[in-house]
Amino acid sequence: MSISRRRFLGWVGAAGMGSVVGKSALAAGNKHFDGYHESLGVLHDISLCVGCRSCEAACCKVNELPVPDKPFTDKHVLDEERRTTAEAYTVVNKYGVTGKIGPSFRKIQCNHCAEPACASACFVKAFKKTKTGAVTYDASVCVGCRYCMIACPFEIPAYEYNESFTPRVMKCTMCHPRITKGQLPGCVEGCPMEALTLGKREDLLKIARERIRKYPGKYIDHIYGETEMGGTNWLYLSNVPFSDIGMREDLGVTPAPELTSGALSVVPLVAGLWPVFLMGIYAISKRKEIVFKEELDEAAHSRTKEDI
Amino acid sequence: MSDKAAIDHKTWFTPFNAISGTIIIIGIVISILRFTVGLGAVTHLSDDNPWGLWIGFDLLVGVALAAGGYVTSAAVYLFGMKKFHSAVRPAVLTGFLGYSLVVFALTYDVGRPWRLPYPFIMQQGTTSLLFEVAGCVALYLTVLFLEFVPAPLEWLGFKKVRELAVKLTLPLTVLGVVLSTLHQSSLGALYLIAPSKLHPLWYSTYLPVFFFVSSIIAGLSMVIYESALSHHYFADKMDAAHLQESEGVTLGFGKAASLILAGYFTIKVMGIAGGDHWHLLGTPYGLWFLVEMIGFVALPSFLYAVGVRNKDVTLIKWTAAWTVLGIVINRLNVSLIAFNWHLPSARRYFPHWMEIATSVFIVTIGIVLFRFIVTRMPVFYEHPEYKD
Amino acid sequence: METIYYTYQDFYTHTKGILYLLMIVSLFGIAGFWNFLTGKDDDNKENE
Repeated sequence: MSISRRRFLGWVGAAGMGSVVGKSALAAGNKHFDGYHESLGVLHDISLCVGCRSCEAACCKVNELPVPDKPFTDKHVLDEERRTTAEAYTVVNKYGVTGKIGPSFRKIQCNHCAEPACASACFVKAFKKTKTGAVTYDASVCVGCRYCMIACPFEIPAYEYNESFTPRVMKCTMCHPRITKGQLPGCVEGCPMEALTLGKREDLLKIARERIRKYPGKYIDHIYGETEMGGTNWLYLSNVPFSDIGMREDLGVTPAPELTSGALSVVPLVAGLWPVFLMGIYAISKRKEIVFKEELDEAAHSRTKEDI
Repeated sequence: MSDKAAIDHKTWFTPFNAISGTIIIIGIVISILRFTVGLGAVTHLSDDNPWGLWIGFDLLVGVALAAGGYVTSAAVYLFGMKKFHSAVRPAVLTGFLGYSLVVFALTYDVGRPWRLPYPFIMQQGTTSLLFEVAGCVALYLTVLFLEFVPAPLEWLGFKKVRELAVKLTLPLTVLGVVLSTLHQSSLGALYLIAPSKLHPLWYSTYLPVFFFVSSIIAGLSMVIYESALSHHYFADKMDAAHLQESEGVTLGFGKAASLILAGYFTIKVMGIAGGDHWHLLGTPYGLWFLVEMIGFVALPSFLYAVGVRNKDVTLIKWTAAWTVLGIVINRLNVSLIAFNWHLPSARRYFPHWMEIATSVFIVTIGIVLFRFIVTRMPVFYEHPEYKD
Repeated sequence: METIYYTYQDFYTHTKGILYLLMIVSLFGIAGFWNFLTGKDDDNKENE
């Protein structure tokens, strides 16, 4: 795999006509896509999170979302398990974990999948995996079918159901406008505990592995998001089992677009072969009819002969 | 003069008109609410449950039950079963009305309905199963319109245009079957992207095949069921050919439905085996799955067979209604009941009464339109001037 | 045309786009070819 990739990059390097060859090589089975190199991500170290909700407050501010009735300093909000909504791109939940003193906190937001389910599901290409790593949404083409919400395995996108004429899908953008300007995402900037780290995804994976190695026994030996659903740009490191803090461990490693690609690949075959098959059946039934008619005529003919 | 007015009044105020009128008025009020205040005002849709009754029933059930059009026209024009010819027009009409209402219902469900053409004219999200469904439904609606258009043209007396439309029968039938195969199966394939949300007993990589095969069953059963209803209400509109062929249609379609139900049962079992989900059959969801499988797949297959063997038209008609109910249950299972099964009950979906009322409203419009058309246009009879 | 695709999603969008166009072309093509194939059939006139 790596050889063919290197070879492919070599062809691209040869430029111009070389890329034509490169493309056909790429199309010839065993395609492999690594995603955008140097794309950004965020590492969330759950062991460091204290549930102060500063990230929520910062997110609300930089994204100009409506300010909730209960202030961000109100810790009672954490007593109830919440999910992202059209008014909150990110929420922090509190979990009691058996065998551990004190609660654990986990921040939820869009995980910015390497191969996003929302983008695969969207029939107007409103979602896009950008080279920064962020998965962005373009409300100007959105029809509002909400298939993205069905598709998202992390249950992130929310909808403005109470908006009568301009409802939008709402979700974290990894502060795409800010990171393209070189600023930190709101939540990362707002976190007082350094539980959130922005960096190149590849570097973050190294950092996470280094932390697991450095503090034996502290962390679960798994980086959530490294392989889940084909990998996400938001990564999680935890000192408690992921399933205990509401993170699904049964999502598998298959990127979302591959879940439907089998069914979709049959579509052109049906369009190409079904008419041939159906016309064949038509020809057979028509032929039968003609033979039947001929036999009928013949029978009638021989009978008239006998009569004579 | 006064007598005539009294008669007019009497014929207008029938129970049918009273009930459908009330439903339509309620429907209009809800429609106004939906399009001025928003989806939130009339639905129980939430961020966890973005698709509710309007997708589960109006779209999935609607499209499945409108399958009679392609099934019947394929049987008659492609497979050469000419003895079912009189069943084509009612089936195509139902299909056309069904698909029109599906699209109509979608304008309620999507956030910005005026953008429904965007997938074709703005940006093509070609990796989406929904793109495939949208394209096929749009094209198939056109095909059904062209397939049905000879009836209104005969009614209006446009001979030349009618000739042109009739010439297209064969290519339209082929195209109709191709498009139906594609979008009926793709409606099931929509859920392939959410293996983590749909219960494993209903989630299968065979989902598109299940949906396609069950759509044929739905189409056959709907033709039988509708023919039973039509005989009850519109017998006076039917010509000798229609009345004469009708029993043959019921028996023939019943036989086909029985056989396909048996095949459907087999591949559903294979779906369980392929996923190795046998152990789930003992759970509450498993029991519900068995109810669907035994009560609404195996049982109607058997009853159809008994009906066909004994030439028991009444049994076949009742079985058809039962099978249609089974298809409704299957589609609701996939889209609502077994979907989001992992969520706690507080986050599950149950439709708002206004969502139910809207669905009833849309079905009512369909029935009213069907009645309007069959009492005027040559659907149950051949127009005397256009006998083939 | 000489785009490098970094994600499967983008590559797939591209190939599917071409496939959809081919499907439309093929539907017309098959219809046309059928006419060519059966154009000289003896029974064509009496039955059509």
